[in-house]
Amino acid sequence: MTTSPDSFSYPDSTGHFGPYGGRFVPEALVAALDEIEAEFTKAQSDPAFAAELSRLLRDYGGRPSPLSDAERFSEHAGGARVLLKREDLNHTGSHKINNVLGQALLTKRLGKSRIIAETGAGQHGVATATAAALFGLSCTVYMGEEDTRRQALNVARMKLLGAEVVPVTTGSQTLKDAINEAFRDWVANVEDTHYLFGTAAGPHPIPLMVREFHRVIGQEARAQVLERVGRLPDVVAACVGGGSNAIGIFYDFIPDAGVRLVGLEAAGDGVETGRHAATITGGSPGVLHGARSYLLQDENGQTIESHSISAGLDYPGVGPEHSWLHDTGRAEYRPITDAQAMAAFALLCKTEGIIPAIESSHALAGALDLGKELGPDAVILVNLSGRGDKDVETASTYFGLAAGDLESGDPALGDPA
Amino acid sequence: MSALADVLARARAEDRSALIGYLPVGYPDVSTSIDAMTAMVAGGADVIEVGVPYSDPGMDGPDIQAAVDPAVKAGIGLRDVFAAVSAVRAAGAVPVVMSYWNPLEKYGVGRFAADLAAAGGAGAITPDLIPEEAAQWIAATDVHDLDRVFLLAPSSTDARILSTVAASRGFVYAASTMGVTGVRAAVSDAATNLVSRIRALAPEIAVCVGLGVSNADQAAEVAAFSDGVIVGSAFVRCLLDSPDAAGAKAAGTLAAELAEGVRRR
Repeated sequence: MTTSPDSFSYPDSTGHFGPYGGRFVPEALVAALDEIEAEFTKAQSDPAFAAELSRLLRDYGGRPSPLSDAERFSEHAGGARVLLKREDLNHTGSHKINNVLGQALLTKRLGKSRIIAETGAGQHGVATATAAALFGLSCTVYMGEEDTRRQALNVARMKLLGAEVVPVTTGSQTLKDAINEAFRDWVANVEDTHYLFGTAAGPHPIPLMVREFHRVIGQEARAQVLERVGRLPDVVAACVGGGSNAIGIFYDFIPDAGVRLVGLEAAGDGVETGRHAATITGGSPGVLHGARSYLLQDENGQTIESHSISAGLDYPGVGPEHSWLHDTGRAEYRPITDAQAMAAFALLCKTEGIIPAIESSHALAGALDLGKELGPDAVILVNLSGRGDKDVETASTYFGLAAGDLESGDPALGDPA
Repeated sequence: MSALADVLARARAEDRSALIGYLPVGYPDVSTSIDAMTAMVAGGADVIEVGVPYSDPGMDGPDIQAAVDPAVKAGIGLRDVFAAVSAVRAAGAVPVVMSYWNPLEKYGVGRFAADLAAAGGAGAITPDLIPEEAAQWIAATDVHDLDRVFLLAPSSTDARILSTVAASRGFVYAASTMGVTGVRAAVSDAATNLVSRIRALAPEIAVCVGLGVSNADQAAEVAAFSDGVIVGSAFVRCLLDSPDAAGAKAAGTLAAELAEGVRRR
């Protein structure tokens, strides 16, 4: 019953992944989306664009990112070999820079002088503000007011980088409302403004474009694993909010039928509690933010507010290609609770000396389970999509760590030794 | 036959534009919103856009968001919308639903069309549905003889104007400015340009203009070059300023002023 989508045939020419994707946008944005699609298509076949982007990714972004053997962490994963794709070591601290540099270059080609972006955890906002500074573009970032409190450090970073940060006070005051506000800005200012969307969702061609800019993760990782291990991994694991880091690392493994692709969704307090952000596990198909995909919605088709300790995964939608990979069976999606993610977060800190983003900790928690299921012969590639500096305050609160209380062996953190 | 095309043709026969008023169902509550709609009909609105509250109204400005948000939280659904549609019909105007796409898709496109037709609705305006994504909706509206109103914008190419007009029934909605809904001080030049482009390419379809009109002078200005003047945020403001029977009455008073505006020549 599992059909393997042909890796290179989606989306179709109208921007659909099976029944998902497409363009559910006001007519006022169609011309801009057509313009982006045309310029992106041209850029993709332009060797000068590819050369400039890979130069930027290397000399500015720090690519290729390393692959780390997580030996001590692996002991807690049933002895399976866990390999970390270190997107946390990129400039600005997450995978987001890949897409942002690509789209900033495209903005220049489009002749636009201003970029706008939405952000949840602040990672995409910081990356966008960074690219704006680098390219001399003016930049406005929309961020839910609740998120500006949860991620105050990233707000300061964006401001230092010269961006205007607009707190969004409508709706749930989180990522979905920041996206609504950014769309409103874009409709009004589309002549000089590019909306630099931060995840592989939204109307066509955004899911395609964002995937293509993040594919470098999977391309590098596939070659690195082959070189390190001598074979492909058994599993590729990545966290899924909107799904950009996941589609980036999954994509070049899609034709490798023996490689399981596992997306880890944020289950918050648990999918059964209703307080979660596990869109594919706990949602149903519908239309949100310009595309058809799985989403969290009530019986009236109203979007349900999502809940996750991770601001970057706290989103009631998901990119359309993930919905299609789910329906076709090529990828599987599992829920990871806040508690599971935070235990994995603490474990990686103590076993590997790496403080991961709470987002990426969902993938780590998934790897712990998968390793136990598959045993010591398994090789599990985890996309460590971001670093956790921004999450130190959240983690301190979560673990009840007062200042000076951080000595090793603190029971709240769990002693892995 | 098209209920919207008919009412617009009747207005044209009277040498005037039609007045089309929007209100969302459920603010401040279902019965007050329906009272406001019937007051608007009594004041002279020819068509009422019966708005479906939606959690993520990406095309709407602060006024409409402020009214829709509590309606969403109160759980207003299409059952309430159909009640409003029937009430508007009974009051003597043509009701047309205005909805973002997801509430309709969730309800079921065929089921929505059937229930809307049964309630006496003329059809629906779908601001985030473009004809390319509308195959199911076009089929369902054909089955139930309903109008379907798509939008055009100043950035629409000639090719898109032609394909959108071809997919539309009743009228096409010219979004007169690039931007979200809301009261504006001046009617944009972009509106006249857009309408004359549509007229030149597709003289057979009625063109109604929305986004920004709030008073009789602006209504007269827009009426001079369009078949219908669409007013939303200004009516919503009446209920935001006074979320009660007085607000509903104020919406009726505003409708009377605007109805005078669309009759100026």
